[in-house]
Amino acid sequence: MKILVGYKRVVDYNVRIQVKSDGSGVVTDGVKLSANPFDDIALEEALRLREKGVAEEVIVVGIGPADLTAHLRNGLAMGANRAIHIVTNDAVQPLTAARVFLKLIEKEQPGLFIVGKQAIDDDANQTGQMLAALWDRPQATFAGKIDVSIESGATGKVTVTREVDAGLEVIEAELPAVITTDLRLNEPRFIKLPDIMKAKSKPIDSIEFASLGVEAHDHLKTTHYAAPAKRSKGVMVKDAAELVAALKQKGLL
Amino acid sequence: MSKILVIAEHLDGKLNPSTARAVSAAVAVKPEAIDVLVLGDSVDAIAADAAKIEGVSRVLTVARAENAHPLAAVLAPQIAKAADGYSHVFAPSTTFGKDVAPRVAALLGVAQVSDVMSVEASHTFKRPIYAGNAIITVEANADHAVVATIRTASWPAANSGSNSAPIEALTLDVTLPTHTRFIELKQGSSDRPDLQSASKVVSGGRGVGSKENFEIIYKFADKIGAAVGASRAAVDAGYVPNEMQVGQTGKIIAPALYMAIGISGAIQHLTGIKDAGTIVAINKDSEAPIFEIADIGLVGDLFKLIPELEQAIG
Repeated sequence: MKILVGYKRVVDYNVRIQVKSDGSGVVTDGVKLSANPFDDIALEEALRLREKGVAEEVIVVGIGPADLTAHLRNGLAMGANRAIHIVTNDAVQPLTAARVFLKLIEKEQPGLFIVGKQAIDDDANQTGQMLAALWDRPQATFAGKIDVSIESGATGKVTVTREVDAGLEVIEAELPAVITTDLRLNEPRFIKLPDIMKAKSKPIDSIEFASLGVEAHDHLKTTHYAAPAKRSKGVMVKDAAELVAALKQKGLL
Repeated sequence: MSKILVIAEHLDGKLNPSTARAVSAAVAVKPEAIDVLVLGDSVDAIAADAAKIEGVSRVLTVARAENAHPLAAVLAPQIAKAADGYSHVFAPSTTFGKDVAPRVAALLGVAQVSDVMSVEASHTFKRPIYAGNAIITVEANADHAVVATIRTASWPAANSGSNSAPIEALTLDVTLPTHTRFIELKQGSSDRPDLQSASKVVSGGRGVGSKENFEIIYKFADKIGAAVGASRAAVDAGYVPNEMQVGQTGKIIAPALYMAIGISGAIQHLTGIKDAGTIVAINKDSEAPIFEIADIGLVGDLFKLIPELEQAIG
């Protein structure tokens, strides 16, 4: 079976985000961009499933401007067989991304679509669930452990341990299905230099967004960006007794 | 005028407090009605609890065997059907709400506003992005229903007790999928207060050093009647199970008192606690970033300080 992996490029998680003084956005000029860490985990899991013989092909898919190819090459260097690049200069919201992915699913017929549970830029945590709804297939969000058993081709089932507020929930879903990945699913491999060389010859299929026939359905308009309210630095106490006294005074103990 | 459907979260026959927080956000929209939807196999006790929440107009129930466990693929088509006639559908931004709400939004063909922190107008909300490092104001299209998840730490639980909203059973003509099955829920058994809703939380970090050493955190928490949390570093190191993680990718909480013990204060952790009333930091490193945001800081060895604290509390 094939596995499609949603592979988004975001501002690197180490970058200190600055809100522009006019409230029109966050500073992204000259800022380091990287793969969404949760999507790296999604790709790693897909590669492991291929290495186990569960999948034959891993395809990374990204939506973005012309220079997104460099990012997709990283996915190929990590080990994906090929990439699909949906070319657009406009930022797409989760519902539109889900509609794009559904078009690719109709063409590629994967057994699994794996994507990070959220992107660390918009923190929306929606795309995988929306895709599963539009596809009318199971979803297993916040995956901490994945076991796939294949009957034949792309039929089979997947057992997923989900990290939920109450603990760990285990569900079983028929394939094909959508899985969104949580932090502890795996530790993504590092890309080695020879892999970067090899990735140069792997195919990236570029498709114009407009040619997909997907309506960009962006119901949400962001009108203002602001820096969060800061907590101010408090006081230091010198010992346990002083701390207990301070908390008792506030009525907290 | 707005009419809001709030999706109730529940477990083991009990209404989760996150539901009353979502009701608070619904009240802020100033709608003409707020209905709470309870989907379950046995709904009576949950519905009775929901009916007591102030601001709730009606409680709607759908009792079906398929709803015994909260599977998004099973619940979403029912919620989408029940949402007919409502201007807003709210769910708490817990793993339950995060799982099911986007599926509902996609079925309705509308966008979702995730993690609503404040309501500016009926279709205008504030929400965090970049791990809370920026707050955006978003406007949803008023021609469509708004699906939103409510950031529970930003909203107090609506008062409960004085209301007695009518409870009505709904019959929804929806075919439910059978492709997704619940197997089991492994819950950490604990008599301590629930981390998400506790008024006091004591958290331990990498500085605690081991699973065995974490006993000192549990013991201290029990002494002051607090829930126990942990940093991602402590979870990743295997000291405690994942459901205790506080932070951007764990639980986002707003207790009256938060005590961070042996936690350096990575930005991802601070994101999870910045709405807490009073933050206390205990760390042996006086340069730890946690002290930048703590209301009260104490530098020293936690293994020496915790017994001293217990003694001082008496």
